[in-house]
Amino acid sequence: MTLLQVQGVVKEFSTPGALGRKSTFTAVDDVSFDVELGETLAVVGESGSGKSTTARIAARLLEPTRGTVIFDGVDVTRARGKELARFRNDVQVVFQDPFSSLNPRYTVERIITAPLSYQGIKPAEGYRAAAQELMERVGLNPDHCQRYPAQFSGGQAQRIGIARALAVNPKLVICDEAVSALDVSIQAQVLELLMRLQAESGFSYIFIAHDLAVVRQICHRVAVMNQGRIVELGTREQVFGDPQDDYTRTLLAAVPRINPEWDAKRRQRKVTL
Amino acid sequence: MSDELFVVEDLTVTTSTGRGPVDVVKNVSFTVGRDETLGIVGESGSGKSMTALAVLGLLPRGARTSGSVRLDGTELLGRSDRELRPIRGNAISMVFQDPLSSLNPYYTVGLQIEEMYRTHRGGSRKAARQVVIEALEQVRIPDAGRRIDQYPHQFSGGMRQRVMIAMALCCSPSLLIADEPTTALDVTVQAQILELLAELQSTTGTGMIFITHDLAVISSIAQRVLVMRSGDPVEYGTAEQVFSDPQHDYTRMLLDAVPRIDDEVAS
Ligand SMILES: Nc1ncnc2c1ncn2[C@@H]1O[C@H](COP(=O)(O)OP(=O)(O)OP(=O)(O)O)[C@@H](O)[C@H]1O
Ligand SMILES: Nc1ncnc2c1ncn2[C@@H]1O[C@H](COP(=O)(O)OP(=O)(O)OP(=O)(O)O)[C@@H](O)[C@H]1O
Ligand SMILES: [Mg+2]
Ligand SMILES: [Mg+2]
Repeated sequence: MTLLQVQGVVKEFSTPGALGRKSTFTAVDDVSFDVELGETLAVVGESGSGKSTTARIAARLLEPTRGTVIFDGVDVTRARGKELARFRNDVQVVFQDPFSSLNPRYTVERIITAPLSYQGIKPAEGYRAAAQELMERVGLNPDHCQRYPAQFSGGQAQRIGIARALAVNPKLVICDEAVSALDVSIQAQVLELLMRLQAESGFSYIFIAHDLAVVRQICHRVAVMNQGRIVELGTREQVFGDPQDDYTRTLLAAVPRINPEWDAKRRQRKVTL
Repeated sequence: MSDELFVVEDLTVTTSTGRGPVDVVKNVSFTVGRDETLGIVGESGSGKSMTALAVLGLLPRGARTSGSVRLDGTELLGRSDRELRPIRGNAISMVFQDPLSSLNPYYTVGLQIEEMYRTHRGGSRKAARQVVIEALEQVRIPDAGRRIDQYPHQFSGGMRQRVMIAMALCCSPSLLIADEPTTALDVTVQAQILELLAELQSTTGTGMIFITHDLAVISSIAQRVLVMRSGDPVEYGTAEQVFSDPQHDYTRMLLDAVPRIDDEVAS
């Protein structure tokens, strides 16, 4: 079943032009894709190619200049009021800049449970316990639930954003560079959590990331963006195994690897130990 | 070792939270030579950013430090804000981990870099504007002449990171501290930026501290590596040592956990 359909979406921004004249800049240029129920669609591509803008349009945080967003069979492109509120509950976003998406004056407990109280859900075990359980799941110390965002590290703040997104059992979670500030071991733990929730509750994900190795681990399909357009869209096996577009090939070739000589030495040592 | 550009000895950072003092950085020591790059990796929350902030005297209020931090033999730890201001952005510049919260939303990107440049170098606004355009072009911001008059929120995440890098480079620092500077860059732009930094190092001798979770990037740019965990320096050595013969279990675990693009994926 198709959960989200993005059809022909265009986003133009007006920018200062020469001699004080306004000109328009097309950040997203005729982008279309679907997300199936229980599917992870990765969006990768050039920095500045329109990934976050597309994500914000899909989450209805930004109105497209043209095009349509259909969620669960309902056209939500111009939804207002109750309809929009329902949509907002079903779709959660983990933002690219962790600190600026967390209210600095609220405790972590309040931030994480905000989507619950917004929906009028009172967890049986109370807000504190609910917050602490979520914190534990993303590898944060639950004793820190009364701290403020500024008292956390970059990667910890990112996990606060993830915990908040998972609080209300959304249908779709949009992760915009959601694990980029995590060390590889905590990252693996968070990715496992996301995949487990998908298996258990059928979450769908739009997963925007620059780390192609991570993308390859977690996604079912991949969209590759360049200069506002999707230049390639296919299954993981297709895109990673047999990329069709030149830009995709350039991207895959540029993935940094640990010095292979050192890596081989280490693996050898491990075997002989 | 007096010819080392930058020396940190037994740096300890203590913060106070509601529950009393906590050591978030414990007895960290390292050196960075001219034209050399030190990579700092480690657990999220292990004190990497705190180490960087301590160097510049930018720790959160209530934090205390001990130990020694010397640039070209001059002690920096314990200096007042006034004494450090001419050094920040000039002799030592920093690319902060969270660009959006370190840029002022109410000023154009161009004006912010221009101010930084003119504070340390003086000169006319017109001349500075040209420097800024070139700095933005250097970090591959397309259409820099137009972008310069835009506000931070009009840039993408990766473009804001590049703005921070441009700002950090415009005064040709002796030491550049870059805290997760490329997390929002695609791998091709990332490669270009890393190349730019390497080029700069070889021409100006800038020393660099590069904090990142990306071990592949570290292996390609750093000569020395420091691995941190819960405030402790668990391993410190040449990049070759740390990657080919890690001594500590935590380092081994990290290296084993790196997702690899070439590996088979279980599905
Ligand atoms: N509010 C805005 N006003 C003007 N231009 C904008 C605005 N928001 C985004 N843009 C521009 O739209 C383009 C796409 O930005 P977007 O943030 O979607 O890129 P991205 O693919 O997420 O990049 P990154 O990987 O660097 O985060 C960029 O050129 C950006 O400068
Ligand atoms: N203002 C503060 N007051 C008290 N503790 C703080 C404050 N800011 C950060 N901390 C704590 O200090 C520790 C070290 O934080 P730091 O930001 O240096 O981590 P980091 O290694 O940079 O992590 P990351 O990779 O996630 O960015 C963390 O456990 C964090 O919770
Ligand atoms: Mg983005
Ligand atoms: Mg940090």
